[in-house]
Amino acid sequence: MIRLEKRQSPARLWSVAAPLLAVALTMVAGGVLFALLGKDPLATIRTIFWDPLFGDFAFYYRPQLFIKGAPLVLIAIGLSLGFRAGIWNIGAEGQYIMGALAAAGVGLALYPLESAWIFPLMVLAGAIGGLLWAMIPALLKVRLGTNEILVSLMLVYVAEFTLASMALGLMKNPEGMGFPGSRNLSQYPSAANLEIIAGSGMHWGVVAALLAVVSAYVVLSRHMLGFSIRLSGQSPRAAAFAGVNAGALVVICMGLSGALAGLAGMFEVAGPAGRVSIDFNVGYGFTAIIVAFLGRLHPLGIVLAGGLMALTYIGGDIAQGSLGLPIASIQLFQGGLLFSLLAVDVMVNYRLRWAKRRII
Amino acid sequence: MDLSAINPVLLLASLMVAATPIILAAIGELVVERAGVLNLGVEGMMITGAVCGFVAGVASGSPLLGFVAAALGGAAVSLLFGFLTQFLLSDQVPTGLALTLFCLGLSALIGQSYIGVKGPEVADIHIPLLADIPWLGPILFQHDAMVYVGLALVGAVWWFLHRSRAGLVLRAVGENHDAAHALGYHVVRVRLVAIMFGGACAGLGGGYLSLVRVPQWTEGMTAGIGWIALAIVVFASWRPGRVVMGAYLFGGVTVLQLNLQAAGVPVRVEYLSMAPYLATILVLVLLSRNRSARAPGALGRVFHASR
Repeated sequence: MIRLEKRQSPARLWSVAAPLLAVALTMVAGGVLFALLGKDPLATIRTIFWDPLFGDFAFYYRPQLFIKGAPLVLIAIGLSLGFRAGIWNIGAEGQYIMGALAAAGVGLALYPLESAWIFPLMVLAGAIGGLLWAMIPALLKVRLGTNEILVSLMLVYVAEFTLASMALGLMKNPEGMGFPGSRNLSQYPSAANLEIIAGSGMHWGVVAALLAVVSAYVVLSRHMLGFSIRLSGQSPRAAAFAGVNAGALVVICMGLSGALAGLAGMFEVAGPAGRVSIDFNVGYGFTAIIVAFLGRLHPLGIVLAGGLMALTYIGGDIAQGSLGLPIASIQLFQGGLLFSLLAVDVMVNYRLRWAKRRII
Repeated sequence: MDLSAINPVLLLASLMVAATPIILAAIGELVVERAGVLNLGVEGMMITGAVCGFVAGVASGSPLLGFVAAALGGAAVSLLFGFLTQFLLSDQVPTGLALTLFCLGLSALIGQSYIGVKGPEVADIHIPLLADIPWLGPILFQHDAMVYVGLALVGAVWWFLHRSRAGLVLRAVGENHDAAHALGYHVVRVRLVAIMFGGACAGLGGGYLSLVRVPQWTEGMTAGIGWIALAIVVFASWRPGRVVMGAYLFGGVTVLQLNLQAAGVPVRVEYLSMAPYLATILVLVLLSRNRSARAPGALGRVFHASR
């Protein structure tokens, strides 16, 4: 009979090894799934994880890695701050939408004016849009003690309907011949989030993501705020005695994650997506939750996890085109990754012992 | 706009139908939470139930088999959550989220060839005599069987929790798992059974959506109803009777906004469609004033028998 024995302190080796083991386990499970779907498992895994990086058309897919990875990393960095403190912002998808809508609103209102101030103004609007949307669950939690998980999640649906109403109504392109969707912001020079180096996939969102990673690293390891966040996550009682203001921490963590999610939406709507449309959001806000956990809620880990998750999006698209792999199996794969990580995580805090007698 | 087109009898009758999936999912989650486990995967278990129920219903042509498959599907995926949280001691919040994300992919994969397919007919029961009462008959006594199964389940759960010994043990486990363990109760076993019951109920709720309420399979068709069910459990302050009240409130909001859409109220459809989600937030806010509502003591905490 195997039983678990609590470790004195979390095992460092395992906390690094667990995500790697989880990825390996999920790949094996994914191979079985692909085989069940009647695909060659090895060829499918190569198509998803190898071809976008080193295949014949890698020059086309590598930039995609930045385009898909940047919003994931940006959102996940914000979420990781709250998750570390035990504050569960599950509504990043809604904050992402509202950030995009706020930024697009500014851009569309100023069209066709050309000015160097428009893009920075849109960045600001995006961050504020996400921030305000996140303030709803944050303030309700602090003032009234409502559950931030449920409120932030309900607001995702509200944001989705707002997006639909904007794409079909207020922000609809007046020259769009009646089709839903706004003007294309990526063709409006003052508002476009263009690539900094053409063909590299490096747009301003990637720069913002890197800045967020570095700032988060510094804050978490060197700043008092980072200490308060980590302390609150490990022991709320100890944090209270240490003088951490729990309410302020909720507002700061939710606000930061909302602003970052809003920024991600802004860079997406002004660049790769280009316009406000009904199907603008593709679930980055939810996938970022997986990225945050897979990256161990650590800034550098989140970069790696964001890259891997971006790879599954790109490789999944290729596999759908060339092998006919259903796109839902990629979603299943991503969810499975979080499951296996949580399963393997038991080794971080516990060790296995052979028990002589049975203990219930 | 023509508000007189809204028929109050039909409105109330469809309210009962709209509330049924929420009642089913919420009463299951209520038992899980009374056992001290917070399973945020209700949405995922519901959508799994929806797809399993629909596929089985189409394959067999029998709605009954469809509902059985829906409950089994929901219970099966809930076991994933149960294994991770009870044996591998994972944190319940991320594990529940993982379950939802995983099941959204799983259901889309299972259901991909069933989009646009017509499901089996589910007959309404016409309860003799009672159904013929004017007004009350059509509202209360002319529904499909699952409406009554849902209500019966609420009654059964109330009896189980408050009148049976096993229910007392379950509540003890949920209030203080260390004390329950010290008394010799099998904390993990009780919780696993509760989690499976919750999964089966959520699966039934999902099956009701795809077999009766919609009735079709579309990806992501639960559209947050699982999350609303979680909110209803909080709203009900973990008491079975209030689950029905909460679910009818939400059924009412949903049905009313659909009727207003049909009546051509000069408000954009998208804003009317937000109503159920906004109502959920409003209710959570109003409830926060009620200090007597207390969550089960061990809710969400990891149980590790060190001795």
